[in-house]
Amino acid sequence: MTDLTALTLAEARDALKAKRLTATELTDAYLAAMERARVLNAFVLETPEKARAMAAASDARIAAGEAGPLEGLPIGVKDLYCTEGVRTTACSRILGNFVPPYESTVTANLWADGAVMLGKLNNDEFAMGSSNETSAFGTVTNPWRRRNPDGSIDPTPLVPGGSSGGSSAAVAARLCIGATGTDTGGSIRQPAAFTGTVGIKPTYGRCSRWGIVAFASSLDQAGPFARTVRDAAILLKSFASVDPKDTTSVDLPVPDYEASVGRSIKGKVIGIPKEYRVDGMPAEIESLWAQGIEWLKAAGAEIREISLPHTKYALPAYYIVAPAEASSNLARYDGIRYGLRVPGDDITDTYELTRASGFGAEVRRRIMIGTYVLSAGYYDAYYVRAQKVRTLIKRDFDIAFAAGVDAVLTPATPSSAFGIGEKSGGDPVEMYLNDIFTVTVNMAGLPGMVVPGGLDAKGLPLGLQLIGRPFEEETLFQVGEVIEQAAGRFTPEAWW
Amino acid sequence: MTIAARTAKPSQFLKGATGDWEVVIGLEVHAQVASNAKLFSGASTAFGGAPNDHVSLVDAAMPGMLPVINEECVAQAVRTGLGLEAQINLRSVFDRKNYFYPDLPQGYQISQYKSPIVGEGIVHLDMEGGETVEVGVERLHLEQDAGKSIHDLSPTSTYVDLNRSGVALMEIVSKPDMRSADEAKAYLSKLRTILRYLGTCDGDMDKGNMRADVNVSVRKPGGALGTRCEIKNVNSIRFVGQAIDYEARRQIGIIEDGGTIKQETRLFDPGKGETRSMRSKEEAHDYRYFPDPDLLPLEFGQDWVDALKAELPELPDAKKARFVSQYGVTPYDAMVLTLERASADFFEEVARGRDAKIAANWVINELFGRLNKEGKGIEASPVSAAQLGGIIDLILDGTISGKIAKDLFEIVWTEGGDPKELVESRGLKQVTDTGAIEAAVDAVIAANPDKVEQAKAKPTLAGWFVGQVMKQTGGKANPQAVNEILKAKLGLE
Repeated sequence: MTDLTALTLAEARDALKAKRLTATELTDAYLAAMERARVLNAFVLETPEKARAMAAASDARIAAGEAGPLEGLPIGVKDLYCTEGVRTTACSRILGNFVPPYESTVTANLWADGAVMLGKLNNDEFAMGSSNETSAFGTVTNPWRRRNPDGSIDPTPLVPGGSSGGSSAAVAARLCIGATGTDTGGSIRQPAAFTGTVGIKPTYGRCSRWGIVAFASSLDQAGPFARTVRDAAILLKSFASVDPKDTTSVDLPVPDYEASVGRSIKGKVIGIPKEYRVDGMPAEIESLWAQGIEWLKAAGAEIREISLPHTKYALPAYYIVAPAEASSNLARYDGIRYGLRVPGDDITDTYELTRASGFGAEVRRRIMIGTYVLSAGYYDAYYVRAQKVRTLIKRDFDIAFAAGVDAVLTPATPSSAFGIGEKSGGDPVEMYLNDIFTVTVNMAGLPGMVVPGGLDAKGLPLGLQLIGRPFEEETLFQVGEVIEQAAGRFTPEAWW
Repeated sequence: MTIAARTAKPSQFLKGATGDWEVVIGLEVHAQVASNAKLFSGASTAFGGAPNDHVSLVDAAMPGMLPVINEECVAQAVRTGLGLEAQINLRSVFDRKNYFYPDLPQGYQISQYKSPIVGEGIVHLDMEGGETVEVGVERLHLEQDAGKSIHDLSPTSTYVDLNRSGVALMEIVSKPDMRSADEAKAYLSKLRTILRYLGTCDGDMDKGNMRADVNVSVRKPGGALGTRCEIKNVNSIRFVGQAIDYEARRQIGIIEDGGTIKQETRLFDPGKGETRSMRSKEEAHDYRYFPDPDLLPLEFGQDWVDALKAELPELPDAKKARFVSQYGVTPYDAMVLTLERASADFFEEVARGRDAKIAANWVINELFGRLNKEGKGIEASPVSAAQLGGIIDLILDGTISGKIAKDLFEIVWTEGGDPKELVESRGLKQVTDTGAIEAAVDAVIAANPDKVEQAKAKPTLAGWFVGQVMKQTGGKANPQAVNEILKAKLGLE
């Protein structure tokens, strides 16, 4: 075989099962690809020895006929996931060289199913960001580059989206066959849209949060990145589980998501929310959305215009709830028990010095916002009202679903990937606006998936978002695959 | 009872330079939940152990760790609520109380702020003199304990022991219904009794398993409430009384000198017997309470509550009332007998098939008296209920006198053994043989002719003769028989 990294996850799985390929060969191919692509800065830690040992163990299990569902498939892990014996930092200086003595439930599920760990992937510090520019390990470069009108390549480095920028870049550049991500306001879906990959944020409670560094507990959810809808479906099956260690995880059977891939969507009702037509939305996004509608209509779905009237309040409410929870969740990084400590004259001084030098500017900003909105005298005006907005957003969706809508189709992002540094210099709200189409899904706890829909005039990928009923991820895979079939798949040309 | 409705009795007033003052007291009691594991982690709650022996990843607030509620702690809180005749809230919410401290690993304490698991209840107090006082319970909520900062191991550093970090506490908040240090002490004592009956807290104040924050204010009798000060973490019932007395006097002094009371948190120094300022209201933390997003609201059904209720033991008030009606003991004796469940059980075993009043008398005066003197609990009593019952039986059937019985009690206490056998083997049996008693009486009369003459003039001297006869017989003579024979022989009838 020429380029093993070109195989989709499903293809590689089948080849491994048929013994046309060994886990060791596949892993070596990825390790080599990772080495060649270090300029992208997608990995913050490569674990080649661990990968080879896991691959060898996979080969042994395959030989013994004991292969798991993900046997021998090389995966990259977002650095927000605690990995036993492997440095985990959430890409923050404050965790220093923290090595967890435990494994997150989701990654433990993956390894139990036979997956191979290639290393830890870059992300925005504590998952706070939409461009991967807040990482303590530096920016990640999107494998995609703009194309000039004359067809030549514009070498301006672009962001891979964020916060799961390492995951999106690595999957798009074929540095891993799939990757883990986390999504609090769009951190899986926006980077997937920016890199032409498939990313799904499952229903809140579908995957355990145990062992994943918390950003905003009521919004955080783990999910996979993959190159195809089928691959994402295969991965989610392993991700999802009820976990006695996370009481917000839900005890519902995990369906065979892959089985829903390829199923007809005839008769499915697809809602098109009019509130997602925002001012100043590029015509390309608008036309991609219209194209998506046509594809689904052609596949037999019923298209229905719907109203989600509280959509416009979602972003401001999100930027109250998420920082509020983060300000409390990040209090544990105090320099006392693990990670960075900058000693001061007394305990308060130590806290201040440690946290001021350990956290980056965006994290500090959100801690300040969160502390402010929870303060006495402001709590009711901000936090309580934001929670009420959240209830209303959820009710908007409930009403649509109750009226028979099976899934909602929206654009994934208001633009394609932007240049490194283009939005990170000035007004933070510029950056926050990236999440305008994705935050509602987290606020309502719903599953959302981004599937590549096409390329814009600059040759950059654009995504379409599907939002489903709670715990009906199968519908998303079913509908997503129809889009994928119609739009095709998109791979960046290797320039690194 | 509302604050305005209850005014202290004049006897409880504190005298100041400008007249009488009334003290108003409310207590927040922190009671460690009796459970094997912590509130949100599986770590052990055992006392002792080397520092940081009982610490899980959750207790140390490692990245990505999540709390999981311990069902037994919830059951214990509900049992306690039922014991306080309180409203049980089928839905309650855990909140985060945010502040930084090295022994608070998460940077927040998980507590219940707006929606506690238990609502309003009542504690009935039996005061000396037979008066009863009702103290309202405002609420009971579950929360995590913090770890311990140790400042004296190094001149430059503080060490942290997280063994207690995450241990479940019940915070039981009273209404400001108490009007004297005695009432506050009685409340704390009664609360401790109830918790120990229920088995929901061991009430061990020495180990810090039960401690109180005491809110004290003073006012002119029946007047508007004064500004309160909160005395933190008082860890004995006696200290609570001392702290209130000191604090009330301090506040009266300030007001009478033309000053005003600042709302503040104070500490009680048991060595000096005084309270001192810890932090003012202005320095108080903004705890930024908000619902803990890691935990769903705590919900359970009424059936579950009912099942717990059905299994509750008989509680002190009910037991006390039953003792009065069933055994005919006084309310005060019944209260003393029911202070501890084990004591009450002990009494009931002694009283079974016997005269209950005599049994109560022996249990309270002899046994409790002796146990208190030696600082022993009923569980460690060297005299068992069967042994004490045996002693009482020997009195009632006339085998021994009350006085001999006390000697016998002493032998059983120190040496053990079956009372009946001891009476036989040690020759403690009462002499009822009138011949032998007559001989002894004759001997005493013969030896003291002068006293005989005096006794004829002053019959009360007969008592002296009784004593002599008892001495001669080694105390074993039946005192009634001695009396009768003496009177006849002395011609006093």
